[in-house]
Amino acid sequence: MSTLTEFGHRLSWPSVSAWRPDRRLAVVMFLAGAIVLVPAPRAPAPAERIIRIAASSYQYAPAIVRVHPGDRVTLELVSTDVVHGLYLDSYDLSLSADPGQTARLSFIADRSGTFRFRCSVTCGPLHPFMIGKLVVGTNWLGWRAAGLAILAAAAGLLWVRR
Amino acid sequence: MTRLEITRWPIVRSLLIHRWPQVLITSIGLAVFLLAIVAGLLGTPVGNRNFSIVIVWILWWGLLMLLAVPAFGRAWCSVCPIPAPGEWLQRGAILRPQGKGLGLNLRWPRRLRGIWLQNAAFVLLCVFSLVILTNPALTGLVLAGFLLLALLTSLTFERRSFCRYLCPVGGFIGLYSQLAPIELRVKDPAVCASHSVKSCYLGSDAGYGCPWLVYPLTLRKNNSCGLCMECLRTCTEDNIVLQLRPPGADLGETSSRRMDEAFKSLIMLGSALLYSGVMLGTWGPVKLVGSRVGTAAWFGYAGGVLGMLLIVLPGFFLLAVAVGKWWSSATSLRRTFIAQATALVPLGLSAWVAFSLAFVFASASYVFPILSDPLGLGWNLLGTGAFPWQPYGMQIVPYMQIGVLLVGLIWACRTSRQIAGEELAPGAALRLAAPVSAFSLAVTLGLIGLLVA
Repeated sequence: MSTLTEFGHRLSWPSVSAWRPDRRLAVVMFLAGAIVLVPAPRAPAPAERIIRIAASSYQYAPAIVRVHPGDRVTLELVSTDVVHGLYLDSYDLSLSADPGQTARLSFIADRSGTFRFRCSVTCGPLHPFMIGKLVVGTNWLGWRAAGLAILAAAAGLLWVRR
Repeated sequence: MTRLEITRWPIVRSLLIHRWPQVLITSIGLAVFLLAIVAGLLGTPVGNRNFSIVIVWILWWGLLMLLAVPAFGRAWCSVCPIPAPGEWLQRGAILRPQGKGLGLNLRWPRRLRGIWLQNAAFVLLCVFSLVILTNPALTGLVLAGFLLLALLTSLTFERRSFCRYLCPVGGFIGLYSQLAPIELRVKDPAVCASHSVKSCYLGSDAGYGCPWLVYPLTLRKNNSCGLCMECLRTCTEDNIVLQLRPPGADLGETSSRRMDEAFKSLIMLGSALLYSGVMLGTWGPVKLVGSRVGTAAWFGYAGGVLGMLLIVLPGFFLLAVAVGKWWSSATSLRRTFIAQATALVPLGLSAWVAFSLAFVFASASYVFPILSDPLGLGWNLLGTGAFPWQPYGMQIVPYMQIGVLLVGLIWACRTSRQIAGEELAPGAALRLAAPVSAFSLAVTLGLIGLLVA
């Protein structure tokens, strides 16, 4: 333990012993906090949405589905070749459709963001890469990440050891 | 910068000095590797039910990119099973040096030194990756090809020429090992300089001369050190140490920057972008075309991959460096290009970690069924044969990816500025680093778009 403590104090980057409150750090942290915490605008009123998705040859059509937060969404999965499935990330929902049959799944889109859906039934060599996306409202996580990236680049570029 | 010597701890030193723990892990790895070849060639053609695909491209890849490379650098190379049979034949022994081994022991051709061949091998794998990653028979053939090539190279050329100059995996592990918080170095250079025996390079009764063809006194970066510990075994002066250090300590080393490593950084960054788009994107037709090897459309896909890795991304990076050079009045475009490419090392590793997080967490549950049924023949040896597929951590993976990408970006921009400051005044260094940082930011935004948005 004493060796590790000694090591921590002897590091020159990032230096533990040399750390002091820094105005630049405070500015960066404030901006990062603002990017993360700025509230998202209100979404339109929820509606009933029925979306038909055709699954075939390692792709979904449409590959990207857009709904509003709070919408009651019914997915109708139709397979046009072999048995395909649909697993929706984060919502942890899945369904599968036999060829020519329509499978249905209803849920409330109560989480905003972009979520992959992927085939859940082994359908061929490219099965693990059969992917679509559900976009619920605006993907604020992506926009916040982009804002943080700009801040990170500026901090990395300007913040040099003196 | 200070270091913490971990070889001064008796238990660590004992485990590293003795060769049996390393041979034991390598032998287990070799058994798994051979099973992967057999399963690939003889097992089910369904990739996610075949041991070769799941163990190699999900389990091994995940452990390598998410744990081994970031934390331990080249440690995987010290227990890699691929060169083991050739090395054992070459030495005529598995444990201590004894007798005479097989092979011609030729020196590797001078013109082929460096990592250009490793770059070419990795690009070739990228072009065929959609089929290799999903076709067990092809994975089996590629693994068997690696084993055969390593064997032939060991029987023809000296030491680990395969690992040093040919292995496509070793090339990028070496590149990213510069970021690892661990290094093997000499303790006191003066001791080496005055030591006439050079047992670390030539070998002794206690061990072999450096298999990686490195004289430890000249080690400045991790790239070419396979952490095999032979020099620790052969050094009669107790002058070799394995030590913890600040991550990325090699990035500021100016003496051995080369164009082949600059291109390796760009190829790795480009392939992370490419894989994130093709494999995790929604463009089904592109995936289909990429898997139909030999068709006219596939040649277009292959051309696109080659163009992206060898022309487009290097071209944009060259443009960024050229703008920075013009703005800062730096002297040599070539030297600046090579030096600034060092900033892409942390950016590239973060890109690969972010890509691997999505890929591995979504597919990790495939491991359980294949442990019971490695060939996909309906066995249930351990009772996990019917374990259902279930992605893990999909709610937190995007946050982990963003965190990793931001760390990589801030590290890249900082490295760019510091490297620019090696030769330029602070203001000029900022003007050189700004376009390169803009390039890094653009790549990161692209990755955020592909992986998170």
